[in-house]
Amino acid sequence: MLTIERALVDKIVAHARADHPDEACGIIAGPIGSDRPTRYVAMTNAERSPTFYRFDSLEQLKVWREMDDRDEEPVVIYHSHTATEAYPSRTDISYASEPNAHYVLVSTRDPEKAEFRSFRIVDGEVTEEEVTVVDSH
Amino acid sequence: MAIKVSIPTILRNLTDGAKSVEGKGSTLDELFADLDVRHPGLRGRLVDDKGLRRFVNVYLNDEDVRFLGGLETQVSDGDNVTILPAVAGG
Repeated sequence: MLTIERALVDKIVAHARADHPDEACGIIAGPIGSDRPTRYVAMTNAERSPTFYRFDSLEQLKVWREMDDRDEEPVVIYHSHTATEAYPSRTDISYASEPNAHYVLVSTRDPEKAEFRSFRIVDGEVTEEEVTVVDSH
Repeated sequence: MAIKVSIPTILRNLTDGAKSVEGKGSTLDELFADLDVRHPGLRGRLVDDKGLRRFVNVYLNDEDVRFLGGLETQVSDGDNVTILPAVAGG
């Protein structure tokens, strides 16, 4: 299960809306082992594409070093789908390399209502999980 | 002196849990071959028959080696190589 603060959900959805029709992506870092997403980091989609995303490699290095310095890990890795449902694509599954991360998918295909779903992706297996939105931890 | 290589979580099963290992070589390709002697299987996770795997990012000091010379990038003692899984999808 993913437990996440409402303010962070709102940031992810706002980022996805802002970059629509291109895919948006980013992470929420949290203390190692806590399973608690706390620090929101929007990332640049180096592909600037409606069908693909890739973290800018140099930005990723900088952010991963910051996490290392703060004893954090990527608790949430999010990206948006802009024309399809919020479910991991085959490409998403083939790239997934953080077995401890919650892979959050947002769909902006409906301009009124965003879909927000979370998955574990381990060894190519996708498992959807419940999302509990809280006001604060 | 040697070349220090930072290993991401997902590959630490090949380095007995070590966050970084050391190796030698004059190019990245030689360095990976050297690491594979002590950490069998590591090279195969980084390189395929077409070169550097697209699922990984490799940095020499602070540069992405894709913008340098890929596997032919020159390395020398004291350099830091960082490996990170690429975060990407569709």
